Amino acid sequence: MSSLSRSDVANLARLARIDMSDEELDHLATEMDVILGAVARVQEVATPEIAPTSHPIPIHNVTRPDVVVASLSPQAALSGAPAQEDARFRVPQILGEEA
Amino acid sequence: MSLTYEDVIAKYEPVLGLEVHVELNTNSKMFCGCSTVFGGEPNTQTCPVCLGMPGALPVVNEKAIESSILIGLALNCSITPFSRFSRKNYFYPDMPKNFQISQYDEPICVNGYLDVEIDTDDGVKKFRVEIERVHMEEDTGKSLHVGGATGRIHGADYSLLDYNRAGIPLVEIVTKIVPGTGRYAPEVAKAYVAQLRDILRSLGVSDVRMEQGSLRCDANVSLRLIGAEKLGTRSETKNVNSLRSVERAVRGEMIRHAELLNKGERVVQETRHFQEDTGLTRSGRSKEQAEDYRYFPEPDLVPVAPDAAWIEKLRASLPEHPSVRRNRLQEQWGVPDKEMAAMLNADALEIVEATVLLGADPTRARGWWLGEISRIANEKNVAIADLAISPKDVAEIVALVATGDLTDKLARQVVEGVINAEGSPQEVINSRGLKVVSDETALMAAIERAIAAQPETAEKIRNGHIPAAGALIGAVMKETKGQADAARVRELLLGHLGQPTN
Repeated sequence: MSSLSRSDVANLARLARIDMSDEELDHLATEMDVILGAVARVQEVATPEIAPTSHPIPIHNVTRPDVVVASLSPQAALSGAPAQEDARFRVPQILGEEA
Repeated sequence: MSLTYEDVIAKYEPVLGLEVHVELNTNSKMFCGCSTVFGGEPNTQTCPVCLGMPGALPVVNEKAIESSILIGLALNCSITPFSRFSRKNYFYPDMPKNFQISQYDEPICVNGYLDVEIDTDDGVKKFRVEIERVHMEEDTGKSLHVGGATGRIHGADYSLLDYNRAGIPLVEIVTKIVPGTGRYAPEVAKAYVAQLRDILRSLGVSDVRMEQGSLRCDANVSLRLIGAEKLGTRSETKNVNSLRSVERAVRGEMIRHAELLNKGERVVQETRHFQEDTGLTRSGRSKEQAEDYRYFPEPDLVPVAPDAAWIEKLRASLPEHPSVRRNRLQEQWGVPDKEMAAMLNADALEIVEATVLLGADPTRARGWWLGEISRIANEKNVAIADLAISPKDVAEIVALVATGDLTDKLARQVVEGVINAEGSPQEVINSRGLKVVSDETALMAAIERAIAAQPETAEKIRNGHIPAAGALIGAVMKETKGQADAARVRELLLGHLGQPTN
């Protein structure tokens, strides 16, 4: 059975950009481990004959034809943006990576 | 002291890995109906789906799937009977969803290959580049960094995002590692990208404009000591936006790696950015820490499971494979292997074919594009296709030479004029006054003068010593500034001196 350590949770929080206190990490590490334990019971009934599934309904090839439909106006697209400039979304300084 | 390329390949074996991103030329985006037209006003081609609004649901573009399958088939891949999309999670504002929909462990095409031919010291040699996978994903938005001196991210105060490109169908073609290319690694890399581009163009699935970013290549390069088993540390060079750059980037990285290794230093596993002006690469993001994209199956999309009938229908629609077409043209035009390889290396096949289709003799067309025009392109450090001379211009010049309106020498001046944007061939001929002196009276007068100036030479010719004619023909050509037809001058001269003119 898989288990989740406190440092796993800290790493997940970092990847998800969620700032967590030490107490929260302690608490969540325990709690998430319990959740994983519950999910692990499902694996007990999974057999090689059962393919892993990512969708509850066994359907595939749902597609749309390659047809252009009207887009939002730039005003509408930008209407929810916290900041904008020159019809573009304005975002804070991006650090640590070259685009 | 910097190493030469010869030093590098005497000691190390390069190993390549190439990732090519292709923007498909569908009308609408991968998962929504927004237009994919290039160059629109910022944020005029967006909707709730490609802006990542809560609750918006993606639906796959059928044509994008078909294009991906066509690419896989043309690259000799297996089309997987069941493939899924995944979310690739990362924090970067170029994707408003904070994830990119991509394919992870279940790509649509796997295990193909592409053979490329290189002109080596031992003749034309075939290299097989094996394809690991072809998968579907979506392109990102475009960032504009404001406040920095260079427009780069370093030193920028903030960035501006245009999401018109976000969600355009993208296909990524990844090779397996390519060992065994030795000194020809840069040429193999270039030939692979060139051939891939030709295939994509023949399939009609992409505009394949490297300069516009619809075809982008990342080149992975590592070195190991010759005979070693273990792979060296690789660097990944991005931003390689032309075929020439692919070759230069690989060669440059091989030398840079070898210099580090020779000094006992290690190669850092990182992304590097190719600098078009210097041909060198600049350090980008370090990849020492493995990326953790937390891929998981995209719950909003159902699997793609192409059945055999669909795949066979697409297979039946495949156009003539570029390698078949190359062989056909080589045979039709009667081109020797070596020269065929040179033509491919110069990326001139398309342009020569276009010239031939406009009526030019294949050998002449090839001669101009690979000779004078290539020479000028090299001087200017650009590709022949970037020069201001078109297949139509060259076909016209070939025709004018064939009718005797231009000599080869004059034609070279016309080519130069057209490339200097002086107008069409006819305009250059008019403005530069380039006309074959066909007025035979004028030619005869020039011949008389040449004979008068070199009486002994003329006497030799009269006595049957034909090779001496060269000196007099040269004098006439000089006097007419190269605007006479040398063959006609020879005829007139020999006839005048009582010799056979054949």
